[in-house]
Amino acid sequence: MSDIDQMPVTMTVNGKKVQRFVDPRTLLIHFLREDLNITGPHIGCETSHCGACTVDLDGKSIKACTLFAVQANGAQITTIEGMANADGTLSALQEGFRQMHGLQCGFCTPGMITRAHRLLQENPNPTEEEIRFGIAGNLCRCTGYQNIVKAIQYAAAKLQGREFQEAAE
Amino acid sequence: MTRSSFEAAARWDRPREENDVIPGEFIYHRPSSVAEALAILASHGDEARPLAGGHSLIPMMKLRMAAPEHLIDLSGVADLKGIRDEGGSVVIGAMTTQHELIASELLAAKLPIIRETSLLIADPQIRYMGTLGGNVANGDPGNDMPALMQCLNATYLAAGNGGEREIAARDFYEAAYFTALAPDELVTAIRIPVPAAGHGFAYEKLKRKVGDYATAAAAVILTRDGSTVTGCSIALTNVGDTPLLASEAAEIVTGSGLDAATVDRAVAAAEAITNPAADGRGPAEYRTKMAGVMVHRALARAFERAGS
Repeated sequence: MSDIDQMPVTMTVNGKKVQRFVDPRTLLIHFLREDLNITGPHIGCETSHCGACTVDLDGKSIKACTLFAVQANGAQITTIEGMANADGTLSALQEGFRQMHGLQCGFCTPGMITRAHRLLQENPNPTEEEIRFGIAGNLCRCTGYQNIVKAIQYAAAKLQGREFQEAAE
Repeated sequence: MTRSSFEAAARWDRPREENDVIPGEFIYHRPSSVAEALAILASHGDEARPLAGGHSLIPMMKLRMAAPEHLIDLSGVADLKGIRDEGGSVVIGAMTTQHELIASELLAAKLPIIRETSLLIADPQIRYMGTLGGNVANGDPGNDMPALMQCLNATYLAAGNGGEREIAARDFYEAAYFTALAPDELVTAIRIPVPAAGHGFAYEKLKRKVGDYATAAAAVILTRDGSTVTGCSIALTNVGDTPLLASEAAEIVTGSGLDAATVDRAVAAAEAITNPAADGRGPAEYRTKMAGVMVHRALARAFERAGS
C-alpha cells in the first residue's frame, strides 16, 4: 500500500459536484473512468498523442491522460456524457456526426466531439483548414477525417442557423 | 517470454499493472506564491521538481525516467502569468501557455514570430497546457522556444533562495537537459527585446507529423534597408545537444543583398555548427542538411516580410 496520503479533490463533472480522495499520482483519465465511472473519455494511447481521452476543463480541451486528478481540483469538467442538450436530445455536433457519418468504430468519437465543442466555442464559423488544424490532436484510424470535418461543418452551420451545404467534390 | 505471455502482454484490455504507465508516488504541492514554491524547493532539493504544463514531465514520470518525490504545481502562482509591455521589451510570465501566446494581440503586433512558432508546437490540447517557462527551462533540445529565445536574445528571469538573477538565453543551455538553472531556482519570466518595427521573421520547422519534435528547425529575425540586410539573427532547433545560435551565418548575411551565393555560404556556416543525433527522424547527415534547408527558407521568408 501507498505511504503517500491521499488528497481530497472536488470538481464539477458534467454539472455535478463530486468529492473524492485520490492518490496524487492518479491520472485524471483513470479518476474519471474508475472512480467516477465516466467511461466516455477513452484510453487510446495513454501517451498524450491520440486525443481519445480529451475532456473540456475550465474552457480548455485537455488530454486527461496527461494531467493528475489533483491538478483538476476545483475545475469544471465536461465529458461526452455532458454534451447532449439539456432535454436529452443530441447536440448539434452529435447530430452532425450522425448525419455525416463522422464515425465508424467510434473509439475516437467522444474525444473528437469534446474537442470540436471547444473549437466551435472559440471559432463558431471555422474554415475547413481551421477545423483540420483544430482537431490535429485527435487521431481517427477509420474515417480519414473527411466525414468528421463535414460533421463539424454541419454543427457550425446548425448552431448559426444556416443550412449545411456540402462543398462540391 | 513465451508466446502466450507475449500475447497476454500485447492484449489491449489486459489488467493494468502497477508500473505500467503509472508514475511513481509523490507528494503534491500547490503553492500560491513564488516564495512559497522556492521554500518547498529548498527543503526538498533534488527530490522536488516544479510542474508547469506537465507535458514533458508527466510523460517522463509515466516512463519512470523521472520520479520526483515532491511535485510542485506552479499553476496556482498568479505572479507567473501574463504578458506585459515594457516599452522596448515584452515580459512574459513563465506559466503563460502557448495557447495564450497565440491569442495575444500584443505579441502579434510586436513579436509575431512567437505566434508563428507556438502554432507549430505539439497540438491544440497540449498548447492549452504547455507553457513558455516550461518549454525554455526543461532543457530538451527538441523544444522550439529555446532556439527562438536565442534568436531574439531573450533573458530568463530566475528566482532562487539566494535572490533573483538574469540569465541570457544564449548562455542558458549546457547540454541536453542541463541548464544554468540551479536545482533550487525557478524561471519566473522571460524578457524579450522587441525587434525593430517592420522586421522580417520566420520560424521554419520540418516535422514528420503534427505533434512531432523538429527534424530540424530555424528561427530568423532580419531587418533590411532596400535590398540590403541590415541586421540578422539565426538560431537552430534540435540539431545538437542544445539550441544553436548560428552567429557566423547571420554575420555572412548581414550587409548582403541576400544573393544566392551569400545564402549558400550562410547555409553552409549554419550546417557546420550542427551535431544532430541519428534517430527516427533520419540520419545525422540528413538532419544537418535539413537544418540548412530550414535556414534557407527562413531567410527567404523573413527577407520578403521585412519592410524596407
